[in-house]
Amino acid sequence: MTTMTAALGRLRTVRRTRTTNARRRESLTALGMATPAVVLLIVFVVVPLALTFALSFTDARLVSPTPARFVGLRNFTQLFQDPVFFKSLRNTAYFAAVVVPLQAGLALVLALLVDAKVRGVNFFRTVYFLPVVTSMVVVSLLWTFLYRQDGLINHVLSALTFGHVEGRDWLGDPATAMPAVILMSVWQGVGFHMIIWLAGLQTIPAELYEAADLDGATRRHRFRHVTWPGLRATRTFVLITITIQAFGLFTQINVMTQGGPLDSTTTVVHQAMRTGYEQQQTAYAAAISLVFFVLVLTVSLVQRFLTREKD
Amino acid sequence: MTSFLKHLGGHAGRVVLALVFALPLVFMLVSSFKPDDQIFGDLGSWRAFLPVGALSLDNYTGVFERVPAARFLLNSVLISSITVVLGILVNSMAAFALSRMRWPGRKLVLTAVIATLIVPFETFALPLVWWVNQLPLLRVNGFHLEWTTGWMDTYQVQILPFVANAFSVFFFHQYFQSIPKEIDEAAIVDGAGWFTIYRRIVMPLSGPAVATVAILTFLPAWNSYLWPLMVVQSEELRPVMVGISYFFQLNVGWGQIMAYSSLITVPILALFVAFQRSFVNSIASTGVKG
Amino acid sequence: MVFRTRRLAVASVAVAAATALVAGCATGSGGSTSGASGDTLTLWTHNAGNSAELDVVKKIIKDFNASQSKYKVELQAFPQSNYNDSVVAAASARKLPCLLDVDGPNVPNWAWGGYLSPMDVSGSEVPLSDQLPSTVGRYRDKVYAFGFTDVSLTFFARTSVLKKYGIRIPTMAKPWTKDEFDSALAELKKSGKFEYPLEMGTGSLGEWYPYAYSPQLQSFGGDLIDRDGYKSASGTLDGKDAVEWATWLRSLVTKGYLAKKSGVDPNKDFLAGKSAIHWDGSWNAAKNAAKLGDDLAIIPPVDFLHGPRIGGASWQWAMSSTCSNKAGAQAWLKFSRQTKYFVDYARATGTIPATDAAAEQVDGYQPGGEFSVFTRFAREYAVVRPVTPAYPYISTEFQKAVQDILAGADPKDALGQAAKDIDNNLKTNNHYAG
Repeated sequence: MTTMTAALGRLRTVRRTRTTNARRRESLTALGMATPAVVLLIVFVVVPLALTFALSFTDARLVSPTPARFVGLRNFTQLFQDPVFFKSLRNTAYFAAVVVPLQAGLALVLALLVDAKVRGVNFFRTVYFLPVVTSMVVVSLLWTFLYRQDGLINHVLSALTFGHVEGRDWLGDPATAMPAVILMSVWQGVGFHMIIWLAGLQTIPAELYEAADLDGATRRHRFRHVTWPGLRATRTFVLITITIQAFGLFTQINVMTQGGPLDSTTTVVHQAMRTGYEQQQTAYAAAISLVFFVLVLTVSLVQRFLTREKD
Repeated sequence: MTSFLKHLGGHAGRVVLALVFALPLVFMLVSSFKPDDQIFGDLGSWRAFLPVGALSLDNYTGVFERVPAARFLLNSVLISSITVVLGILVNSMAAFALSRMRWPGRKLVLTAVIATLIVPFETFALPLVWWVNQLPLLRVNGFHLEWTTGWMDTYQVQILPFVANAFSVFFFHQYFQSIPKEIDEAAIVDGAGWFTIYRRIVMPLSGPAVATVAILTFLPAWNSYLWPLMVVQSEELRPVMVGISYFFQLNVGWGQIMAYSSLITVPILALFVAFQRSFVNSIASTGVKG
Repeated sequence: MVFRTRRLAVASVAVAAATALVAGCATGSGGSTSGASGDTLTLWTHNAGNSAELDVVKKIIKDFNASQSKYKVELQAFPQSNYNDSVVAAASARKLPCLLDVDGPNVPNWAWGGYLSPMDVSGSEVPLSDQLPSTVGRYRDKVYAFGFTDVSLTFFARTSVLKKYGIRIPTMAKPWTKDEFDSALAELKKSGKFEYPLEMGTGSLGEWYPYAYSPQLQSFGGDLIDRDGYKSASGTLDGKDAVEWATWLRSLVTKGYLAKKSGVDPNKDFLAGKSAIHWDGSWNAAKNAAKLGDDLAIIPPVDFLHGPRIGGASWQWAMSSTCSNKAGAQAWLKFSRQTKYFVDYARATGTIPATDAAAEQVDGYQPGGEFSVFTRFAREYAVVRPVTPAYPYISTEFQKAVQDILAGADPKDALGQAAKDIDNNLKTNNHYAG
């Protein structure tokens, strides 16, 4: 199959080299069409990324009467002695470690629930997707209210357990603040990945299921031997997008807790914003960002490697 | 019998989950019509989710008296829609060149574009603030144009950094590859140029991909928060999300906050509900398959 | 071929034009580049959340715009907690408005960073020499800002409540001692009438923390930084006295005297009788007096051994260094310096008028008036926050330390970390030379 496509491709190439003129025209047009996107990506991604790298070795401030100087590794040595940085790393890892499997798993359950051919699935798909369309800022404000000591969640808990569960100030307690943020984040984001899983489910040929049914497979078997292998590509995509999203945790923290109480919700991006923007320590924040970038890169590569290996 | 029970169980599960996802939003919308003391009073019962009691539009009029919310909405509509239109144009053109045309360096460019996918925006947001301050800006001064420096506090600083998007390029690329290339050849034989193929043939065949990219560009543009928080200071350029975060800090009542939240959420929800079938189908049909 | 290429060119031009259009819109409506466009000057203020204060600013602007035909001032108000960040961001882009207000302790940093321009307001109705010293923002012997008012910290309580529980009502001659204060709180807590007898605004954000708590720290004998040269915080912010203060603060929470995080509106809670003693700014005095009448007790700060202390310097007006129309900015600043505006400002904000002439006209602040005690607090107890460009950094570190201590962090560790971070910041910034 592959050789045939390649042969066809070669044939096409041969045909297309009718005139060098036509080829030159094709190259020029292609270049013209690709240029806007490439230029914009260079200006707004590549250059700032290079700047992050460069600034992290200087003492640049957001505003300063004196020009920035090269200071070598000073920001990094300072960073690795900063207890808040380690707390931020730990919290970010904690958030990602819980959110990635939880959100991916729950999204799959939802996708399976709305993949059924019953009346009203469209309605349920829509409802599960509603929080995704709602902005994280709005969701964070709303849940700040729900999580209050006298808020809706405590009232519901108390009603469901007939007053046996004592409410608490979920965001004000170092033990529950991060779990509260996690729960809310999953609530907001899970619908998106449900749709991705659903897209994956719908690419699995119906014949495979029919064959499995003929073999008398149970639902569990069907899932393990047809559905799960059929979702391999989707799995990689879901995993990597949730991971990158989880590592970038910021908006919720900024609106709801500002990293507190007792640094229990500070994250790497939150710390970078606090030091770089509020405290004007641009260079220090660049160093944090650089470490963060390396971290995300490593995790994505490891994930790629792990998911590739099973091919 | 058991299958009927299973069916029923599945449905019960769906309904319970639907409540979990919908009730907080219902609460938001319903509370936006209630006075503050009633919002708190209703918390203990189902009334919290029902439009009962002293309902009024007071919270909404309060919002409009307090801040230029209409201006914020207009700004966000403008910023999001220009980002979407430019994004579709720029990214689909690049994807077309990368997927259907042959030119030296194509592979390299494709790899480089996809590599930028894993760079989280947060890692370079701060240096980007410094960087946009160095960019040249053409501005109108009286009756003539003049060049100055610095994009801070403008519309374009909220738009242009988000136009080119590696994910959109990648997405169009995948979709374009599923359209048979023989079409191009036939068109070329008929004397059509590449841009005509792009505009007259490939793009009209890519409706679902355009829809998906449009939605996936619109949502983050509408919801953007971190970036405008840093680069926009003028009230007349402020988008809705920064607007609500500022509004929240004015120590207004929760009713008004719920009203503002509903105001910036409900139109998007309505749009989504109206287009949800084609949206879900477009993602499913284009198949984000990694 | 030519035709097709042309079409491509047309499309590119269309994209470029759309971009240019956006750019045009931006300047068409924004126009705040370099703080003024022609004779129209932009003015930023932090008080979007305080409509009474904002109304006075609006009034001065309106009067100024009507008083002459050359200049026009346009107002933009921010919520307080985002204001400083917005100013810093605008300063980094050299896009500050011509006129802006600045919180007193930030004047040295903003002057050092080159945001502000020294001003010359000689010849205005009210001379600077008439003002309370804390209401004039100076850095390196130049005047960068002035305020219409100052504020004082104070305790509010109900005389009837204190009497009921046998608590002495202190005076400036004999303020509460630490032991007296602690036993008063214990008594109030024991009554069971108050979930938290003491209210100190622990749910607030930002500058309230150093403003409200660093005077208590100073009364214990500590400080934010060693004021001799402003070179180090270690040994001062985390010294023995400071740790003693922090331990005491934490004990208020553990003993149930003080909420770890108070409600959104502490003053409302106090007036509703939820708390008995409220550590607050003098800005709520008029409101409290109107509600409680004679029952309102205005109580001087506790003497924690090193004398009662309050903070000095409030919000002040300044002119940006990048202002393209400094003559217009000076004109506004001079215009605003009329006694009637000092009076309006003080009335609207319920704060201490910056001049005696204005105090004569503000109810309660005349000599012997019920609020004139605040003027005496300001003269006798006020300590300005450290006059160093490092102040904004010190402030954020102190905020975090106090929040952590209230939430249960070890007092010595929290202060130690803050002191270490501040010293590091001073060192890496070359002690803000330049």
